[in-house]
Amino acid sequence: MEVILAILIGVLYAAGIYMMVRRSLVKLLIGLILLGNGANMLIFLLGRITKGSPPVIPEDARVFAEVYADPIPQALILTAIVISFGLQAFAIILLKQVYIVNASDDLDDLNPIEEEI
Amino acid sequence: MTDNHIVLPVITHLFTAVVLIFFWKKTRISRIISVVANSILVISSFVLFTRTWNAGVFTMQAGNWPAPFGITFVADVFSSTMVLLTSLSGMAVSMYSAVGVSKARMKFGYFPLLHFLLMGLNGAFLTGDIFNLYVWFEIIIISSFVLMTLGGRKPQIEGGIKYVAANLMASVIFLTGIAILYGLTGSLNMADLSRKVALIPNRHLINITALLFLVGFGIKSAVFPLFLWLPSSYHTPPSAIAAVFGGLLTKVGVYALLRVFTLIFVPDDFIAFTLMAVATATLLTGAFGAIIQKDIRRILSYLIVCHVGYMVAGLGLFTETALTGSLFYLIHDIMVKTNLFLVSGLIYKIKGTIKLEQAGSLYAAYPKLSLLMALVLFSMVGVPPLSGFWPKIYLFQAAFAAHSYTVIGAIIVASFFTLYITAKLWAEVFWKDAPTGVARHSDLYNRMNHYGKALLVTPVILLAIVTLYIGLGAENIARVSVHIAQELMDPSPYINAVLGEVVLEP
Repeated sequence: MEVILAILIGVLYAAGIYMMVRRSLVKLLIGLILLGNGANMLIFLLGRITKGSPPVIPEDARVFAEVYADPIPQALILTAIVISFGLQAFAIILLKQVYIVNASDDLDDLNPIEEEI
Repeated sequence: MTDNHIVLPVITHLFTAVVLIFFWKKTRISRIISVVANSILVISSFVLFTRTWNAGVFTMQAGNWPAPFGITFVADVFSSTMVLLTSLSGMAVSMYSAVGVSKARMKFGYFPLLHFLLMGLNGAFLTGDIFNLYVWFEIIIISSFVLMTLGGRKPQIEGGIKYVAANLMASVIFLTGIAILYGLTGSLNMADLSRKVALIPNRHLINITALLFLVGFGIKSAVFPLFLWLPSSYHTPPSAIAAVFGGLLTKVGVYALLRVFTLIFVPDDFIAFTLMAVATATLLTGAFGAIIQKDIRRILSYLIVCHVGYMVAGLGLFTETALTGSLFYLIHDIMVKTNLFLVSGLIYKIKGTIKLEQAGSLYAAYPKLSLLMALVLFSMVGVPPLSGFWPKIYLFQAAFAAHSYTVIGAIIVASFFTLYITAKLWAEVFWKDAPTGVARHSDLYNRMNHYGKALLVTPVILLAIVTLYIGLGAENIARVSVHIAQELMDPSPYINAVLGEVVLEP
């Protein structure tokens, strides 16, 4: 399970960075989304995967009897998902506006050279 | 000591922002509320500063969960100084915005966003939890995204894309670092991390994680080679917004670097070398970038990059003297950079341009105002006894003690170029005769009533007075910087205040 997840995270990061360095605006956004998901999976993996033992204390006990799944990574991922959702919503609107203003999906058409100097 | 009042700077901004949302279209009331709230914050953060100065570290455990299980807020002298500086800049910017920002922008939620941004900054300075720091960073960037693109002019949108992409990338890298750190230690509390990271035998893994944090914070604080987003976006928003960005947003990255690299990852030879190399390159590229620009705001943007190098150099040298220099520079830089962007806005109001070749003869038209602006410019260069001069002495002393002659060279070159650029600005904008043949621009500043003029100039005067105090009362600022540097070199009071005296066994 860990190996599969590790490969998946590697693929997500690699694909995300590859998409970000492309020239298209939409691919930039897709890259950011993939990277964000990769980071979330990484938190999930590094928080140790414990199968079938939810962090719930039985009614008759006061402490956990055995190893339990760490609930914190899930709280972190949830926070990160909500934040990245908001940011991506903003980024989509911004990209749409860029497309309206610039009539181009190509990053090289932003700030032409005469304006740069 | 536990004290719940330390989150007051955060809560006040949150409350103000929420109240301002109810006055969405009423610009007059919004302006008054914003200025009043910021005045209250200046007072309350000054109180916080004096209390931490006299009594040491205050903590607050959110929801009364004991550290390291809950989210901790910590106010030591470093945090409270940053909160005080944020409040001062916030106050100046809010006054300036009252006339400096167009009504149309105000009606699209300028003031609520400004307060959300300041709330995020204060939260980032006060938090003692690494994931919570990430959340505050996100609050900062999302409000700054909207502030940057508010208005939707073409250059703004184009600058916005670069800004958004770079900052989202930085967040992901920061989050990756947090994930690995959590996997290694099982903790998120910075004080707890400080203890646990020191016990991990695999130092290479720690160094790699530290590099992830360095890159994440490096993008935010615009160090070489991660600064390229800054000069291509900071010149686009209105001056008041650029002032908050220039003064505070990169400095929150520097704050995070200083905090994380003294508390969690104590620099070893490798990290220290990396930091110094980065600082040297930042100083040089920032300076070289600034001399070829012909637009006041772009020059200032490159100078922000250049001057971040001083602070990172101090961190790389990692001695008490060096950190004192860094912190003194940080205090000075926040005030001066905020003020310079406000000044650039004033120049734009008067001349209708911020291009060097089209400006001119400002001194002939407004001698008193020009002298005020000159004071700010010369503070930035650090003509003794003005404020930029003193931190460099500490940095020199530390660099000589460590025999880091490359850093000394870079500091000298960067200071020299800053001086050259300031002289060029003075000659081009203030002294030279206004060029003929350029379309005459009506002087918007001159046509304002006294009330409007006062609101534009007062914040500049206010910040200039603070800068003068930093320069002339350098003794006091040096005392504060030395105190903070000692706090950073020996974080045990911080850790003990958060976790209690008992050492938790890992």
